[in-house]
Amino acid sequence: MNADFTIEELAFQKEVRTFLDNEFPFEFRTKIDANRRLSKKEIIRWQKILYEKGWAAPTWPVEFGGTGWSQVQRHIFATEMGLIGAPEPVPFGMKMVAPVIMEYGTEEQKKRFLPDILESNVWWCQGYSEPNSGSDLASLKTTAVRDGNEYIVNGAKTWNTYGQYADWIFCLVRTDNTVKKQEGISFLLIDMSSPGITLRPIVLLDGHPEVNEVFFDDVRVPVKNLVGEENKGWTYAKLLLTHERSNIAGVPRGKRRLRGLKRIAADTDDGFGNTMLENPRFKNKLAEVEIQLQALEYSELRTLAALSVGKAPGPESSILKIVGTELAQEMDELFVELAAYSCLPFVPEQFEDGFQGVPLGPGNSAYAALNYFNNRKASIYGGSNEIQRNIICKHVLGL
Amino acid sequence: MDFSYTEEQQMLQESVQKFVQKNYEFATRTKIIASEKGYSKENWELFAELGWLTVPFCEEDGGFGGSAVDLTVMMVEFGKANLVEPFTPTAILGGGLVSALGEKGQKPELLGPLMEGKLQLACAYAETGSRFNLSNVTTTATVEGDQVKLDGEKINVLNGSNADKLLVVARESGAQTDRNGISIFLVDNGCDGLSIQPYTNVDGKKAAQIGFASVSVPLSARLGEAGGALPALEAVIDRATVAVSAEAVGALEALLQKTVEYSKTRKQFGTPIGTFQALQHRMADMFIECQLARSIVIMAAMKLDSTENDVEKSKAVSAAKSRVGKAIEKVGQEAIQIHGGIGMTEELDVGHLFKRVTAIDIQFGNTDYHTARFSSL
Repeated sequence: MNADFTIEELAFQKEVRTFLDNEFPFEFRTKIDANRRLSKKEIIRWQKILYEKGWAAPTWPVEFGGTGWSQVQRHIFATEMGLIGAPEPVPFGMKMVAPVIMEYGTEEQKKRFLPDILESNVWWCQGYSEPNSGSDLASLKTTAVRDGNEYIVNGAKTWNTYGQYADWIFCLVRTDNTVKKQEGISFLLIDMSSPGITLRPIVLLDGHPEVNEVFFDDVRVPVKNLVGEENKGWTYAKLLLTHERSNIAGVPRGKRRLRGLKRIAADTDDGFGNTMLENPRFKNKLAEVEIQLQALEYSELRTLAALSVGKAPGPESSILKIVGTELAQEMDELFVELAAYSCLPFVPEQFEDGFQGVPLGPGNSAYAALNYFNNRKASIYGGSNEIQRNIICKHVLGL
Repeated sequence: MDFSYTEEQQMLQESVQKFVQKNYEFATRTKIIASEKGYSKENWELFAELGWLTVPFCEEDGGFGGSAVDLTVMMVEFGKANLVEPFTPTAILGGGLVSALGEKGQKPELLGPLMEGKLQLACAYAETGSRFNLSNVTTTATVEGDQVKLDGEKINVLNGSNADKLLVVARESGAQTDRNGISIFLVDNGCDGLSIQPYTNVDGKKAAQIGFASVSVPLSARLGEAGGALPALEAVIDRATVAVSAEAVGALEALLQKTVEYSKTRKQFGTPIGTFQALQHRMADMFIECQLARSIVIMAAMKLDSTENDVEKSKAVSAAKSRVGKAIEKVGQEAIQIHGGIGMTEELDVGHLFKRVTAIDIQFGNTDYHTARFSSL
């Protein structure tokens, strides 16, 4: 039993490091360290760099332009990216809709959609949740009624992340009202520029309109945009959710943020003659977080090792989701604790492009509260942590 | 990267599982605890026959290999069965110190009989005022010619009353908490000046309070260099810490499994209590705790077997014990709570597992101690 990489894997790790050192734009690094959001243009620029290298789609098979990497190679790549804070591709295309199209789409759909996802030419967003369908997603009410070669879609989707930047949306829609709720759902791809679609931005607690409500008012969608069979969408949706949960533990990002916490703590006075790093109570909290991160890392490695020998991803991903998000949120709290008064000024615009003023400091302390508020989402999205516990109960404990 | 057991490890695991199934029913265990020695001599002889007593030792010492991962494979199964035989005090602590500090002549003389099941050892390190600080030693060792005189008192010496020989941690020089000046002496049980007060711990294991009043042993009873035993003691206790953490993982997994099973059969309000979400999510959390505990124990065992430096090894050990301690509190308490009244009784194995893991939580340092040690290293 060992957690060592092979010689080939070590060589790959070195290749990834060298590539990131040379190719990840320096100005992005500076921006990320200052907690500034990368623009869509910048993310696309980075994706194109990865595309040129052939590394745009670490999880895709080679036939669609993916890397065909082993589980361990994917892990190494994700780790190195996370350690320097390089952004992952926007997941909705690459990690969510693409695997569904690969598995259930027609040849025409594969040719039409996959290359543009790979090259980041087309951005996707997700149409799952509805105002009255959150955890009980299968109760969704947005309807698609067949009319010749088209569906007519009516309804509303919500918590739609970055729909304002998206060209296409994948939607779960109801195509049969007369059967069990899971059996009347279809998976539909819709052009965001279709007449009848409107967006209402929703501003979150950090002041940023990260999500939207999307309204569909007699939107006409060609039948050829249906993925797989009509009324089988729930099966496809479940496949997508398992992909959504991969990499969810966030260990590399956690390590990077832990370094940040220690650095800031060493520079922060506790007001009683010690730095926060020497403050016994804070020191203890930091140690607990670091230990939990190690327990999480080795849980992830165990899962990875099982996947490497061909075992199917199981409910383990629910553990990683719960523990990963809760640990990230604990770190958010520690940043707030370090910043103290300095996180109270609510000036979200200082983290946006075009801000001309002097950022409130010290460091990025004003970001701590914004991030704390924003990241409460982590235990809610992707199947809330309560839903994950239900999955564990049902599929592991047999309750 | 490979997290699967080797063929040898699988065989070891199956061997323990088979033994436990056949010889370690709850009722049998209850009888063993109630016996005078508090463990079964027949079982111990069987352990020797099966080769289990060689597992902690390297091949040079005549052992199975001495890897920490091997040890955890066994200890997890011991934990599930809540085995009371004195494997940790004799084979891991006592044997570990002999292996680390013993001279060429001492090793075969002691380790041979130990692995054959004919020698019981105990390690006397803790004192009333020391808590978990291994360098806090007030028991003194005074050299007089070719003899050494031991004075002081040791508490909660596991296997202390049954051991043929005691390994006694004593101070030859320096102040009470100095890292230098600490030696380890082999003392025959029953020699003059020893006062042994035997008792049973909360988890059913035999232990003793041991007083030393001018106990005289020859200089040759010292293991290793004069005053230089602390690093070896720390390393041996680190290994033992990972071993009992693995034992805790097994016990916690047993507690989880028993709790889930019980919740499927126990009916209230006309339905199994396991259908209530208020209980379901708590069992999901118990499961998560078990998984995290297992992961970090594997991490620590792999680090001990690796070429990492001593500081990194000790950090990994403390990370594991700290995290396992939290899991113990959570899973142990929830197991009792979800069982309700029946969990409070002596009649059910659940309470006994709870008591065992509670003892493990304290043994070799609790969560607070190991969290602090982790951040100070």
